[in-house]
Amino acid sequence: MSKQINVALIGNPNTGKTSVFNALTGLNQKVGNYPGITVEKKQGICKLPRGVKAHIIDLPGTYSLNASSLDENVVIELLLNKKDKDFPEVAVVVTEVENLKRNLLLFTQIKDLEIPSILVINMSDRLSHSGISLDIPALEKAFNTKIALISTRKNQGIDELKTLISNYKELSKEPCLDATTIDAEYFNNLKAAFPNQLLYKLWLVITQDVNFGKTDRKEIEAVTKFKTKTKTDLKRLQQKETIKRYQFINNALKQGQTIDHEKAKGFRYKLDRVLTHKVWGYAIFFLILLTIFQAIYDWASVPMDMIDEAFAFLSEWTKSSLPSGAFTDLLAEGLIPGLGGIVIFIPQIAFLFLFISILEESGYMSRVVFLMDRIMRRFGLSGKSVVPLISGTACAIPAVMAARNIENWKERLITILVTPFTTCSARLPVYLIIIALVIPDERFMGLSYQALTLMFLYLLGFGTAIFSAYILDRILKIKTKSFFVVEMPNYKLPLFKNVAITVLEKTKSFVFGAGKIILAISIILWFLASYGPSDEFNNAESIVTEASENKNLSQDELDQKIASYKLEHSFIGIVGHAIEPAIEPLGYDWKTGIAIVSSFAAREVFVGTLATIYSVGNDEVESIKDRMAAEINPKTGNAMFNLASGISLLLFYAFAMQCMSTLAIVKRETNSWKWPTYQLVIMTIIAYTTALIAFQLLK
Amino acid sequence: MKTTLAELKRGEKGIISDVSSIEIPLKLLEMGCLPGNAVELVQVAPFQDPLYLNINGTHLAMRKETAAFILIDIINE
Repeated sequence: MSKQINVALIGNPNTGKTSVFNALTGLNQKVGNYPGITVEKKQGICKLPRGVKAHIIDLPGTYSLNASSLDENVVIELLLNKKDKDFPEVAVVVTEVENLKRNLLLFTQIKDLEIPSILVINMSDRLSHSGISLDIPALEKAFNTKIALISTRKNQGIDELKTLISNYKELSKEPCLDATTIDAEYFNNLKAAFPNQLLYKLWLVITQDVNFGKTDRKEIEAVTKFKTKTKTDLKRLQQKETIKRYQFINNALKQGQTIDHEKAKGFRYKLDRVLTHKVWGYAIFFLILLTIFQAIYDWASVPMDMIDEAFAFLSEWTKSSLPSGAFTDLLAEGLIPGLGGIVIFIPQIAFLFLFISILEESGYMSRVVFLMDRIMRRFGLSGKSVVPLISGTACAIPAVMAARNIENWKERLITILVTPFTTCSARLPVYLIIIALVIPDERFMGLSYQALTLMFLYLLGFGTAIFSAYILDRILKIKTKSFFVVEMPNYKLPLFKNVAITVLEKTKSFVFGAGKIILAISIILWFLASYGPSDEFNNAESIVTEASENKNLSQDELDQKIASYKLEHSFIGIVGHAIEPAIEPLGYDWKTGIAIVSSFAAREVFVGTLATIYSVGNDEVESIKDRMAAEINPKTGNAMFNLASGISLLLFYAFAMQCMSTLAIVKRETNSWKWPTYQLVIMTIIAYTTALIAFQLLK
Repeated sequence: MKTTLAELKRGEKGIISDVSSIEIPLKLLEMGCLPGNAVELVQVAPFQDPLYLNINGTHLAMRKETAAFILIDIINE
């Protein structure tokens, strides 16, 4: 059996850590979650020289081991727990040439945990450009480590890094900083009380709010020999520690780094002057947003139509080529339309993550944060809320998680609460199909009414999010210390490989995550719609045939009547009729009602549900849209989806909180059921009221 | 001239003299905001806040209210 070692990739944000991970593992990686929390866990396998295999974990980016967020907690929890199955045999600390000094702070902390460490200095292709020269042997000596100078962009130095990892046993474990130089009395006492423990490890346990399992802070505080300090005093010691670390780094860098400062600036400052300009900055940001929406609406519609038709064809083909029976019906009427309802989202999700990852990779997203902070603060949000609000157009789940970067709890909470108002991609198919049905396909001054309606719905989403944030800011009485720091990284051309992997991963996790729910619901719905409890359901054929004896119906018309009679008396029909009184004032019939109820699991179920309901017992397989257009409201005799009921539906979906996964994430991120419950109740009330008003005014 | 980082004007440079205020988040120190480091105001966001700073080669943005806790000496060139 070949030997496998654990390797942890650690580094500051913006050092290209993920590129290093991608370069080492290629597509040989998998993304999951740490148990119990929603921090992304990326791991992969890399083959090293001499038959050694490395199990590589890409830890969340962090500026230091003094954790201030859930993501950062993951890093120290792993590094302090030797019993963890992922505890690294070797830590690979990723830094980059232009911010080497700052990146090294984390490196000195890792060294002090006495974990064998390799220092990776990435972006070597930028050395001459920024006027930096490095003397690697001298630096290796000064930091007592092995250094790999690499460029993931130029694909240089990766093999050397692999060799270094495979020789991990030769790495020095000597620490960088002697803690007793920070405060001799305090640390000597600590050492005396716990002679067998690593001093820096004890210090981290004392200062961090992290669950460490065995080495508990209370245990340390319980030892009477050792006098603890107040929070303020501890913070002063941490400040002192940081200054000491930088002194060490500065001295070490003097041995092997020279910088020609004049060369360093130039390009980024020129670009920043435009991109953060008080007029051009906003104009460019607006243009980028427009392009994104254009892509989602326009460019994505081509593959989406193809997918829609392909699934209709597949369904028809299944029906005609398999022997008829319950199983074929389940396939053709339940499973295939259900699957189609998932696959149809792929183009839009892919486009959105394509843009978002390009904006993040290039460094532009930080400029947006900088540009928007003052405006967003007026509404109780932070500049960093822009990222969740934009990613919310893809999906509220990663968006709510992206709010973790916001340091101020009140701003973060408000961001989490209002993010579900932004138009997520799950609303899009509902919007697209309703718009296509009820908004005329005409143009006004060259602009299509349908596109304008969609644009309005997006603005409505953003507007409601911002407006509710403003109100929440007034209502919520939470005192927090406001602080806001954001790194402004250098501009970089996004690496194709990184962007492609992000898009692939996010799309995959959507298809398999949301897909499971959608598929399960479609199958359940099919059963509920195909079976009924009463005699009326079981004897539908004879009842309908008798009732229409004298009406001269063709066989086709008769079949249609039987099918709809059956549906009405199926399980789902009974549920639908039960809720009809509540939704009738909004202009919906019981079939739409079923679709709305099942949408509370996930909005994207709406189209799939209608597709399933309408195709049950219907032999003519058409596309979903044609089926919906042909639907008649039995009470009024008019088309089911007209302007009034259509607008009412659009508004309902714009405001209602119909996503169990989002509620679950909000519960996790806010650590209480209180906030998701508020979200569900308040958003649904807003949705119901606006839909009611709209329908009553328009009908 | 002694002042705070919040008073720095665009293009001006200073040297950080004191960051001992307990109001300053540790993260700022860790990002290189340390006594003795040179600081330059690169850009001010529209509406005069936040500030985009170059602190000894590290580029970061912070709000004025935080910058007001960081003491600096302005250098005249």
